[in-house]
Amino acid sequence: MVARKRTSRGIALAAFLSAIALIATGCTPATTPETTPPTQTADTNKTLVIGVTSEADTLFPWKATQFQAVNVMQTMYGTLTEFDQNLAVVPGLAQSWDVSDDGLTVTMHLRQGVKFHDGSTFDSTDAKFSLDAIKNPDTAAVAAASLASVDSVDAPDANTIVLHLSSPDAGLLANLAVINMAMLSSDDTEASLSVTPNGTGPFQFVSSVPNQSLTLKRNDSYWGDPVPLAGVEFRVIPDETSIVAAMQSGNVQMAVFDDPLVAQTAASSTISIAKTALLSYHVLQLNARKGPLQDVNVRLAIQCAIDRQQVLDTAAMGEGEVTGPITSPAYRSDPSSRPCPTRDLTKAADYLSKSAYPSGVTLDTIVSQGEYATSVNEAQNLKAQLADANITLNLEILESGAYVDRWMAGDFDAAVALNGGRPDPDGMYSRYFTSTGNLNMVAGYSSDTLDALFAQGRQTSDPAKRGPIYTQISNELENQAAWIWLFTGYTYTATSSNVQGFIPMANQSMQYLRSTQIS
Amino acid sequence: MLRRLLANPIVSRLISSVGTLAGVAVVVFIMLRAIPGNQITASYGIEAAALTDEQRAALLSYYGLDKPLGVQFFSWIGNIFRGNLGVSARAHQSVASLTAQSLPVTLELAIWTIILSLAIGVPLGMLSASKPDSPRDAVGQAVGLAGLSIPAFLLGTALVTVLSKYLGFNPNGAGYAYFTKNPLLNMQQMLLPSLVLAFGIAAPIMRTTRTAILEVRSQDFIRTAKAKGISTRRLQIRHVLGNALVPIVTMTGLQFGYLLGGAVVVEQIFSLPGIGRQVLVGIQQKEYAVVQSTVLLIALGFVIVNLLTDLAYRRIDPRVRAQ
Repeated sequence: MVARKRTSRGIALAAFLSAIALIATGCTPATTPETTPPTQTADTNKTLVIGVTSEADTLFPWKATQFQAVNVMQTMYGTLTEFDQNLAVVPGLAQSWDVSDDGLTVTMHLRQGVKFHDGSTFDSTDAKFSLDAIKNPDTAAVAAASLASVDSVDAPDANTIVLHLSSPDAGLLANLAVINMAMLSSDDTEASLSVTPNGTGPFQFVSSVPNQSLTLKRNDSYWGDPVPLAGVEFRVIPDETSIVAAMQSGNVQMAVFDDPLVAQTAASSTISIAKTALLSYHVLQLNARKGPLQDVNVRLAIQCAIDRQQVLDTAAMGEGEVTGPITSPAYRSDPSSRPCPTRDLTKAADYLSKSAYPSGVTLDTIVSQGEYATSVNEAQNLKAQLADANITLNLEILESGAYVDRWMAGDFDAAVALNGGRPDPDGMYSRYFTSTGNLNMVAGYSSDTLDALFAQGRQTSDPAKRGPIYTQISNELENQAAWIWLFTGYTYTATSSNVQGFIPMANQSMQYLRSTQIS
Repeated sequence: MLRRLLANPIVSRLISSVGTLAGVAVVVFIMLRAIPGNQITASYGIEAAALTDEQRAALLSYYGLDKPLGVQFFSWIGNIFRGNLGVSARAHQSVASLTAQSLPVTLELAIWTIILSLAIGVPLGMLSASKPDSPRDAVGQAVGLAGLSIPAFLLGTALVTVLSKYLGFNPNGAGYAYFTKNPLLNMQQMLLPSLVLAFGIAAPIMRTTRTAILEVRSQDFIRTAKAKGISTRRLQIRHVLGNALVPIVTMTGLQFGYLLGGAVVVEQIFSLPGIGRQVLVGIQQKEYAVVQSTVLLIALGFVIVNLLTDLAYRRIDPRVRAQ
């Protein structure tokens, strides 16, 4: 009896260990690595798997601010205008537009034959409904302020909308291109779209499994060029190293990394990395309405005491470019035109001696930990450099929620920040540096000169004439050392060798998934 | 009658468990609100600063944050008694539905981990205790120390990276497969994370086993059994290990309870959509209903495991039954 028991236990143990051994050694990975050399033949039955560290926090485009949510929305929804790969405004759901001579009326001619994913037709009723709802405070749409110049919207016929403006707004067409301005069907509600998105974009929603994946399929009635991919799956793999591993094992074919170290690890003969300069910029924000920073000489002393290239090299392995305020390619600031293009401690001492604080200042500086990889290293390098100029940074390293709370309240002398950029300089900075801008309290600086220049920029639609205006704005911001602009970074798009046709963009948009193919 | 009922150890444990759960509910509710930010700032980030007062009011109302804290608390507790754990505004699913997807993942991971931990820890502890201060004891102790000192995130990351790069073996890179849908892939996906966790948990089990066995072996009844000429194998398994089981079961129960919420790092590395990750994402998104209700469920699980552990003592040890 005892012997039988022992035998059965032995068998059970052996079976258990065999099972472990079988799983460990006998099984192949779920998906074998795809090492097929790239060809030009697209397989239109393939679904592209993109590894992402988090899922979209909303499926409602008017409230999407999270990077992942914005990316997902861009594949499902359409906007009246779009950006091309060079960030120039091109037609989207509006095929063309006319601006009146006084700049106060914009007439948009809508693309005909466009259908929502549910089969209903997109027309001017939907466009008017969308713009009116975005303006409505009850909607709490992120882009409401971008329509501040729009007094009303008319829909004279099914294919035309007319925007009546209170003042000329040259940035409006670019503002209409962001996904927070997505055109929704007038039959849909936030509640319904949060569960089942219904757009006009190249891909349509199939399913979403919380904390696991979001799956889309090709929209066969998309108005643009035929979409080569059968679908896209955004697969949640929370750890970037695990995404690299999933790419190496062939489970995932595409991912976007911010960390150069991770991107380096991913590069191999079967995975290529595309490096793209970003519009977003690293900056030391100064609160010029508080304490010693009200004195422009203190702010200029800070500007002169910082070697930006050193911050970039130390914190981001040199992966980026020193920048001035405006980062969009068409209006890019010249970093060498600032009062101290290179570190000049003598000049910094001069500025400080001219200020009311010749013996030095101490600044409470907030730093977000975990929001992006380089924040703390940037802060520590800035602190070390400024110490040479008798400027002390008291670093308060905060969890991102606490940081956002303090940032929103303007409760800091200085803030180490990574701010998003926009293709149009008016959309990028007027909300910060005009006295009525909705982020001016946080920016901590405004002036009559800037108010006048931004107004002038908005009223000028000719790009050739707008350029010099934004150069003046950039120079004014630097001459007043409103903030200390540091550098722009890169984004790294990793793709398997059989993935072609994706074009990474400086605004990190993934809109070119619509032209991506798997061979 | 009531006094006799209250004197029953199981009834008294149940009552104290209810108190524990009430305490957890209050603490998690307060702690969540003590963390800076709320669902609006978590969703909008720095764009929240650009919201107008009207927009902010609309959002506070949408997320139910415009009500006083007391109303929020009792409304949550009241809903729980009605079987409503709340709703995730992010996933647009009920917390019950989210948990029904994530809890089986964590339970399966915990069960595999405990099986592997016992399979590693108990034999190793017995080996160590069989000849204290000998080379075999040193080996056992060294393995135990390694298990305790190598962090799970390091071991997990190293395993994923090396196996993917050199062997192309990364079942966790595929979408998660539930056992009921694809058992083979599911077991592959559970293998590495449960091994990583088991390596850490086997260490305290090994040390507990070693200590308990050494203590039991010094007891008089062991000398008596030896004097009666009982075989060494029977002595070690039946008498020594049998009597050393109580602390091992206690340790195993504690570790199982810990795994219900504490495997989050391993769940992150191996992309397992378990309950730990549900809480983590809930905290990141400041989804109060998700975090509160899930933590309460984890606490409930912990309480149940402890209760079952106590009941197991009565089964294992006749002395406990006699008490």
